Amino acid sequence: MSTPEFIIDVRGVTKQFGGRVVVNDIAMQVRPGEIYGFLGPNGSGKTTFLRMLCGLLTPDGGSGHCLGYDILKQSAEIKKHAGYMTQRFSFYEDLTIEENLDFIARIYEVKDRQAAVEQSLERLTMTARRRQLAGTLSGGWKQRLALAACLIHQPQLLLLDEPTAGVDPKARRDFWEEIHQLAADGLTVLITTHYMDEAERCTKLAYIAYGNLLAQGTVDEVVASARLTTWEVVGKNLHAVADQLRGKPGVEQVVVFGTTLHVSGRDAVRLRESIAPWMREEYRWHPIASGLEDVFISLMETAADNFK
Amino acid sequence: MSFARFNFKRFGAVVMKEFIQMRRDRLTFGMMVGVPMIQLILFGYAINSNPKHLPTAVYAADNSVFSRTFVQGLRNSSYFDIIREPRTTAEINRLLAENTVQFAVTIPVDFSRKLVRGERPDLLLEADATDPTAVGYAIAAVNGLVPTIFNRDLTGPLAPLQAGSPPFNLVVHQHYNPENITQYNIVPGLMGVMLTMTMIMITALAITRERERGTMENLLSTPVRPGEVLLGKIVPYIGVGYVQVTLILLAAKFLFDVPMIGSVPLLLVLVLLFIVANLAVGITFSTVAKNQLQAMQMTFFFFLPSLLLSGYMFPFRGMPGWAQDIGEVLPLTHFLRVVRGILLKGNGLPELMPDLWPMALFLAVMLTVGIKRYRQTLD
Repeated sequence: MSTPEFIIDVRGVTKQFGGRVVVNDIAMQVRPGEIYGFLGPNGSGKTTFLRMLCGLLTPDGGSGHCLGYDILKQSAEIKKHAGYMTQRFSFYEDLTIEENLDFIARIYEVKDRQAAVEQSLERLTMTARRRQLAGTLSGGWKQRLALAACLIHQPQLLLLDEPTAGVDPKARRDFWEEIHQLAADGLTVLITTHYMDEAERCTKLAYIAYGNLLAQGTVDEVVASARLTTWEVVGKNLHAVADQLRGKPGVEQVVVFGTTLHVSGRDAVRLRESIAPWMREEYRWHPIASGLEDVFISLMETAADNFK
Repeated sequence: MSFARFNFKRFGAVVMKEFIQMRRDRLTFGMMVGVPMIQLILFGYAINSNPKHLPTAVYAADNSVFSRTFVQGLRNSSYFDIIREPRTTAEINRLLAENTVQFAVTIPVDFSRKLVRGERPDLLLEADATDPTAVGYAIAAVNGLVPTIFNRDLTGPLAPLQAGSPPFNLVVHQHYNPENITQYNIVPGLMGVMLTMTMIMITALAITRERERGTMENLLSTPVRPGEVLLGKIVPYIGVGYVQVTLILLAAKFLFDVPMIGSVPLLLVLVLLFIVANLAVGITFSTVAKNQLQAMQMTFFFFLPSLLLSGYMFPFRGMPGWAQDIGEVLPLTHFLRVVRGILLKGNGLPELMPDLWPMALFLAVMLTVGIKRYRQTLD
């Protein structure tokens, strides 16, 4: 298979559950080797979208290709070349690490299976613990095992559904190291997350809320597209200031960070007017670049107004 | 127990929570309230340990007033329904072996001649006694007829025959289990009962467990096909089933001295059909049940009628027609006839055919439903 321009190229993807639209007319294009971050509040349709890409759910509408196969008609082929890591650990807790890997390798008809399992164990540095039951592993190790199992058939596309939820920072960093290494080797990764630091490590981002795709692009593009102005305030009694600022015209977000306060809004002029009364001696104001988190919260609140 | 620490508000909180959860799980709630009612009515009307209207064959080689009186006497007793009139002994044997009739009466050619002469001729009543309880009352009823049945026919010069010992001799042959040993009937039957119970339960839990533990989502995202999963889950338990069969057969032979007249290898081949039929039921249940508890409940929902309406615990022919119809659907009913047929009657394939195809049909339907119901997506 020659490398296509896009690993994922879908449009109009729609899914309803009992009359409720969970994924609404989403289009997405992902190039080979990209780490595509998929963000959005809980229940926004991220998992549903991933499941539709790998054939676990049938889209109600839409068309396109995943790995060069039709997402509606060739889900069996997509399954062979994609790896899907579920949100919840979904390997067999009553099988050992080795047995789990071997089972998955058999299901995918991996050639030279034993070597693949052995290699996988080595990369996991679990060769010595191969006979340990998967159910006795800690959260971080379960996540690593799951990743190794998803990779055993050398997929071209990796779909990861909140892979780092509940994993400690060190393990999270190691995990991302590995993802970047895999992407450098040509693997395409679609990953959902709630962590902003993780979002910033993606090559591209998409933001979805209430089933709608709200923003798409690189981190900078997404931040720029929000056209958000943010001011930082340093001073005393910031909680009181925050309470008074909330609800003023142009003020969309007021977030207290310990000794500083971030105030942001999309209408720079009205925001400036609203904060003017507090631009006094005891408060030091200066404009800062909006962060990804500010942008996402802004997007989410706008989405809530538009779609709820 | 320190009652000082028993707090009724906390206790009440737990009780409330249990009620809320019970109400949410509609199927469980239905199983607890509705199913016992259904079964009460079903079994209350269906079960009868004193079966009447048992199918009977009469071979009246002697067409005389006495023959007609005797046959009428059988009918009047309400224990016998005469459904066949065979003309040869071989045909009688076949009818008994194939389970077509429970009883066969043979009235010999010279019956009336000998009777009139006061020679006390024999009259043969043959019974399929594999299930001793099914024939006991009926045989007692015939024995009750013997002394007086011909009194109205024995008039005039024959009147003296009314007095003294009965004018004829009833010979009862209890085939297949002449000593009325209950174990001969129960132990082979237990094989079917145990297979039904364990095979359905084990497989019913198999897929439900995958779903409950979340491993189903993973399995569905791999290229594995439904047929591969379902058959892959059935095959290991076939082995378990054969271990059970072997143990029961050994126990039957060495502990209970159950006769094994027919071919044990044939039984071992045919039991496969029964095992797979039950596994298919389990698989189908597991595709319907939302969790393992529901799968267990469905297993019992199926197991109870199998136990009560199959002829294992109560005589099949004692049940009303509608209950027999339900029983005919259940694989256990047919398997009981097969296992008892082989071990006690020495039946071969030709006699077993009437019970093999219903099991095969049941299996085909169950597997189809199971595969149809097994969804390859999470939709």
